[in-house]
Amino acid sequence: MIRQSLNRLSPYMFIAPGAIIMAIALLYPLGYMVYGSFRDWDPSQNISETEFIAFKNYITLFYDPAFRESLSVTLTFAFTVVVAELFIGVGLALLLDRNIRGMSVLRTLFILPMMIAPVVVGLMWRYMYHPTIGTFNRTLKSMGLEGVDWLGQNALLSVVIADIWQWTPFIFILALAALQSLPRSALEASRIDGATNWQQIWHIKLPLMMPVLIVTALLRLIDAFKVLEVILVMTEGGPGLSTEIIALRISRTATEFRELGTAAAMSNYLLILLMLLTCAMFVFTKIQEVRAARAARQYQEEG
Amino acid sequence: MLRGLPDNIRRKVESMNSERQNPAFYALLVVLIFMSVGPIYLMLVNSFKLDVDIIGGTSGLLFLPTIQNYETALCDILWYEPEHLDFCSLKFGGAFINSIIIALISTALTLIIGCMAAYALVRFRFFGRDTVSLTTLMVRMVPPAVLLVPVFGLWNNEFCIDKETLVGAWIRDMFGGRGDVCLAGTHSGIILIYIAMNLPFVIWILQSFIVQVPRSLEEAARVDGAGPFQVFFKIVLPLIKPGLAAAAIFTFRIAWNEYLLASALSDRNTKTVPILIVNNMSEFNVEWGVIMATGMLLAIPPIIFTLFASRQIITGMTAGAVKG
Repeated sequence: MIRQSLNRLSPYMFIAPGAIIMAIALLYPLGYMVYGSFRDWDPSQNISETEFIAFKNYITLFYDPAFRESLSVTLTFAFTVVVAELFIGVGLALLLDRNIRGMSVLRTLFILPMMIAPVVVGLMWRYMYHPTIGTFNRTLKSMGLEGVDWLGQNALLSVVIADIWQWTPFIFILALAALQSLPRSALEASRIDGATNWQQIWHIKLPLMMPVLIVTALLRLIDAFKVLEVILVMTEGGPGLSTEIIALRISRTATEFRELGTAAAMSNYLLILLMLLTCAMFVFTKIQEVRAARAARQYQEEG
Repeated sequence: MLRGLPDNIRRKVESMNSERQNPAFYALLVVLIFMSVGPIYLMLVNSFKLDVDIIGGTSGLLFLPTIQNYETALCDILWYEPEHLDFCSLKFGGAFINSIIIALISTALTLIIGCMAAYALVRFRFFGRDTVSLTTLMVRMVPPAVLLVPVFGLWNNEFCIDKETLVGAWIRDMFGGRGDVCLAGTHSGIILIYIAMNLPFVIWILQSFIVQVPRSLEEAARVDGAGPFQVFFKIVLPLIKPGLAAAAIFTFRIAWNEYLLASALSDRNTKTVPILIVNNMSEFNVEWGVIMATGMLLAIPPIIFTLFASRQIITGMTAGAVKG
């Protein structure tokens, strides 16, 4: 009797710890943030003592030129990075999709940059970009060229390059996996019909890889909005506001300017932006599934 | 020419052809490897140089390797006193221990909780798979920066035990402190948020592995009289080891590398390594050698994982993206 009721309860016991932790440490904080974004909130105050100011935080932010600047920096950064990584990553995957020995070693070496702490990545690049002792300027000078002011005038570009270094392998590996799972029959058929390499890439490989590529690009895009530590270590958002992405601005507003309400409203803007991207991704995968199901059904009816 | 040959021989000839590549291809490979590993190698080399050598830097290859930087970094946990130091200012060793504690405990807890939840979701059909993958995606989307404000507020003000109550007074007597006993500034506070951040991803990955465990196996065990917990621990867990490995590496990586939330939640005694590195970087006069040594120490565990378990990492990465 007891044993039976224990069996009936077991699903709930399996899921309870996870559900409780998610509720306490993730959902509740997010709700708390939405609540706090409508208040004039200072770190020294308890949130119940704060004043309700409706949408004032959101409206102030909307007209704040510094916030707009960092929004545009974030968008520029994210889209540049994703487009560049997509081109390089997919290009490399198409080039390296061959039977070579040691491919697994190559992949292992390529993953390394992704696994290392962002803080350390920022550290390495800050050293290499250093105006006098850095690797790049030293190399340039030894060739008799002028040094480049990497983290000064070209700060955003330098940050973008560092991110490309770190994350192109991600797209490369996923694109390679997609390439290697393509149906061999289609490729062989086109080969027999006399298609050149370029035609194969354009008309067969890329279209077939497209679903995976789009999901990968969206995942990368979402992750690009999360980048913070690399930029913090390399430039601290400077010079001026030229590399101050929103995530960095949120953390500075909260810890330096001590305006938790504004920071919460800013977080909400960022969250809404990302929510739209995620929904786009989800809708896209659903459409793909429906299309694939319909194609399969058609195929069956015809066959 | 190959048409007349039997199938297996033809395939062999073809594969031999495909392994012969033109030299430009190998040149490209060398350049790529150089580009991806170069910066890491540079950091490794510099961590063995004195600052004089880094700044003077006549040539990258001619220098006397020294472990002085590592001694400076780890001075507070070394059993001897390094000669070149008269005062141990950088408390790196303590931070390293904090990092290890936080990363290991949060990885272990996330795995245990995550695989129980994943099992329940797959076998007992709570919600559809769609709901789970949608929530996973939603949570994956939340940047740590967004969690910063609420976590800072909650962990400091709400998740506290009043100092007047029984448990609060007891903890205060045991560990000292003046105000209420709060989650902020403790290891468990940081561990809690790391578990919550990683849980959805772990559930998602493990789900795809648990689905593949044949149901008949579990039913056979149940007929023999095993309870649900026994079935789970003795049948299911051993079968999903590769999935557990992938999930463990990803969780550990995030808990080990994370900076922002740890910096908001930790106090003087619970600092992790990334915080220490960022703090030392923002000083005006950067001691490059020591910083590189600390960076190298932080990078070593993930590098070791990558070298030994790259296959699991790639499995996890593709499972995470392709099944989105």
